[in-house]
Amino acid sequence: MNAFDFAPVWLTLRLATTTTLLLLLMGTPLAWWLARTSSWLKIPVGAIVAMPLVLPPTVLGFYLLMTLGPQGPVGQLTQILGLGTLPFTFAGLVVGSVLYSLPFVVQPIQNAFEALGSRPLEVASTLRASPWDRFFSVAFPLARPGFLTATILGFAHTVGEFGVVLMIGGNIPGATRVLSVAIYDHVEAMEYAQAHWLAGGMLLFSFLVLLALYGFGQRTQRVGP
Amino acid sequence: MKNLNWTPAIFFGLLMNLATADEVHVAVASNFAAPMAKIAAEFARDTGNKALVSSGGTGKLYAQIKNGAPFEIFLSADEETPTKLENEGLGVAGSRFPYAFGRLALWSPKPGYVDPQGNIVKHGKFRHLAIASPKLAPYGRAAQEVLEKQGMWQPIQSRLVFGENIAQTHQFVSSGNAELGFVALSQIRQDNAEQQGSFWLVPQAMYTPIRQDAILLARGKGKTAAEQLLKYLKSDKATTIIKRYGYDLPK
Repeated sequence: MNAFDFAPVWLTLRLATTTTLLLLLMGTPLAWWLARTSSWLKIPVGAIVAMPLVLPPTVLGFYLLMTLGPQGPVGQLTQILGLGTLPFTFAGLVVGSVLYSLPFVVQPIQNAFEALGSRPLEVASTLRASPWDRFFSVAFPLARPGFLTATILGFAHTVGEFGVVLMIGGNIPGATRVLSVAIYDHVEAMEYAQAHWLAGGMLLFSFLVLLALYGFGQRTQRVGP
Repeated sequence: MKNLNWTPAIFFGLLMNLATADEVHVAVASNFAAPMAKIAAEFARDTGNKALVSSGGTGKLYAQIKNGAPFEIFLSADEETPTKLENEGLGVAGSRFPYAFGRLALWSPKPGYVDPQGNIVKHGKFRHLAIASPKLAPYGRAAQEVLEKQGMWQPIQSRLVFGENIAQTHQFVSSGNAELGFVALSQIRQDNAEQQGSFWLVPQAMYTPIRQDAILLARGKGKTAAEQLLKYLKSDKATTIIKRYGYDLPK
């Protein structure tokens, strides 16, 4: 084999970054609504958000392949919009990853908002803070640990993704061949040295992420809000 | 301390279990999963022994066997991997034989889409053509050979998508995400009828024959059920099934 191939590493980091940013943008309002609503919809929506925690990624990937495909409802829509179909593209992986990592971002933020209670926000509104102001000067700073946890978990979970990518990726170098698929390929091709390098790197990365997460948890507990 | 009295009884019970076990663990390459299921059913009917079948890519199965997977028989998609196992002492020396020769087909679920000469590769307006990864799968290597013979390997490079194995390649095509793809003929042969759609049966002269070898693994040595099943693969009943799924038989 030739020199070490870094392309899957960059692709994986790009995918995880894009996915995490999108999830923070979309997940925050969703978490806010889930934390504060008293609507009957809260329980079913909460259950749907948690689905990727219990579904095998291959199930998710299989349904995505069907839904995003040319005969699927989403596939039909993307074709009408002139986007073609999403499987075998980087955009398709982003869609898959957003769904797959959704609970890992929404739940920590939701928990942080729930822990806040309504009191600080009521006080802020008696001081004539606008809703936006209430969110950005009161809720967000108090819920910051939740946001940090969500960011780290969402990113790390996407890096570790395999089943979904395997189903909708098509193993295209530079577009859909991410780290986990590259490792799988090396094992299938009996190239165990390369597999070891990549897998060992992943192992170290996961450990450091969890170390950071737990270390951070310790600190916030000591300091307290 | 009283519990100790149970130990010999439990041990003896386990021994009995092992002695009367009539199950055989088979690892089979993805392309042969469907015919193997049929053969296993016949095998159970004829001998009373049960074949437990696990299918996957040849390379992954090799890695599992190397690391102590409980397989007793290996039906590979190629000749090289069983040879390697034999040389490494994980396969029983002298037990290796070809059980089938694979045939490659270019297939689409759309009727009338793939012409019987395969010219669509040169003129078709498809967005994706699926093949099994040439690095990982014998059927993928064969597909690459065919595309090279057609002078199309470079021109359609950007439109190729790769399945990890032949099973996934078929899925890309059957879901419509790739308009067409090179699959194993066995996958589009249903019991007695072709699956819906259109295909080009690639002439054998366009690619190196896909010789598929079976081997008895070290774990299956001396196990009656395992040796029975290997013999059964050569029986009239089994070869009829193998042929029906579009494989050529060893001469």
